[in-house]
Amino acid sequence: MAETIALIDYGAGNLHSVHNALIAAGASGVVVTAHPDVVAAADRIVLPGVGAFGACRDALAAIDGMIAAMEERVRQDAVPFLGICVGMQLLADKGIEFGEHKGLGWIGGTVHAIEAPSVDIKIPHMGWNDVTPTAGHDLLEAGEAYYLHGYHFDAANADDIFATTHHGMPLVSAIGRDNIVGVQFHPEKSQAYGLAFLKRFLEWKP
Amino acid sequence: MSVRIRVIPCLDVADGRVVKGVNFVDLQDAGDPVEQARAYDAAGADELCFLDIGASHEKRDTIIDVVRRTAEVCFMPVTVGGGVRTADDARALLMAGADKVAVNSAAVTRPEVVSDIAGRFGSQCMVASIDARKVEEGRWEIFTHGGRTSTGIDALDHAVRMAELGAGELLVTSMDRDGTRDGYDLALTRAIADAVSIPVVASGGVGNLDHMVDGVIKGGANAVLAASIFHFGQHSIAEAHDALRAAGLPARHNS
Repeated sequence: MAETIALIDYGAGNLHSVHNALIAAGASGVVVTAHPDVVAAADRIVLPGVGAFGACRDALAAIDGMIAAMEERVRQDAVPFLGICVGMQLLADKGIEFGEHKGLGWIGGTVHAIEAPSVDIKIPHMGWNDVTPTAGHDLLEAGEAYYLHGYHFDAANADDIFATTHHGMPLVSAIGRDNIVGVQFHPEKSQAYGLAFLKRFLEWKP
Repeated sequence: MSVRIRVIPCLDVADGRVVKGVNFVDLQDAGDPVEQARAYDAAGADELCFLDIGASHEKRDTIIDVVRRTAEVCFMPVTVGGGVRTADDARALLMAGADKVAVNSAAVTRPEVVSDIAGRFGSQCMVASIDARKVEEGRWEIFTHGGRTSTGIDALDHAVRMAELGAGELLVTSMDRDGTRDGYDLALTRAIADAVSIPVVASGGVGNLDHMVDGVIKGGANAVLAASIFHFGQHSIAEAHDALRAAGLPARHNS
């Protein structure tokens, strides 16, 4: 039987693009869902996200039982989890964007504004940039992917960082631990590189 | 390397059909924006821009349908401009699969629409489109309605204000150069790029690849937008990337 991939619908702007890309990457059992029960029974979970940290966190928390279902399925049952852009940033302990907001706290760290070291470094970090794996990870290959963000994941533990990129300063490109991976870039907007990444996630056996 | 200079083909769309577009690729329906978007996606465009030049209110849904169908088959970032007047207009495009929306006239008459959109959906998706005309040496004014209507607003002041209100990018079009193929207005692009801390897209007037290189090196742009040199097959996206790299700029490798 085909796996069920729960794509969490909490109003994120890139929801449909991620859905389309998962299908293009070969997924057959994608369920776009706002139901905790579906998430609690899924074989894989994908959390999209764009915009502000606090707004995304609030929208996710507004779905009764969703964060508890994610906690159970990802942290206890250890099914593969992918967070994209703000969906990745939400893994942090907290985010400092229009005030301080609590994150999921699955991966230690804080989400801060990127501080440009000089005027020629424009914020947001917008465009294609490197994905440079820091250590061997099944999902991350060196390449170019599309980034679109003004905030970045300041990791508490360097060991959690799977890949970096550079925009005036080194930035986390991918982070995670065990069955959890989060990417700052947009695989759904990164043409062949992005689809190949999603295909690897769909086949990933952490 | 650092973040790549983006090469952005722009397709003019009216009532769901391409007005000015590719005439060289083997397309089943050359008037279909989705077919053209696919061609550019396959060619390795860094982003795509749809400009809805029809944008009459009753035909508004046609561009949303174009965006939705494009997002099903193209996996590159898409900006949509033309007729975006409210945060709800922006929402409809974003939910259909657009990554950014460009706001033009509405941001002149009602600048708070920029903070509305940035506040609800994030600065990263809010592009302020600036159509400017030179009025004297070193001074440009904002024009609306396709460059015909003067507003008396100083282009630099407007650009800074757009950034302050939360725009995440500026699309700067020289109405003097648009369609001339004489190159971007580099002084305009440079003046705005130096005045803001957000990325700037140069637009209007590209006639050859050197113009794109100049837009970055002399104009200070982070991205270069062009229409006819790609649509009419004069140059490919890969050639544009090669020209940027040959000039020592970071550009993507088309694999």
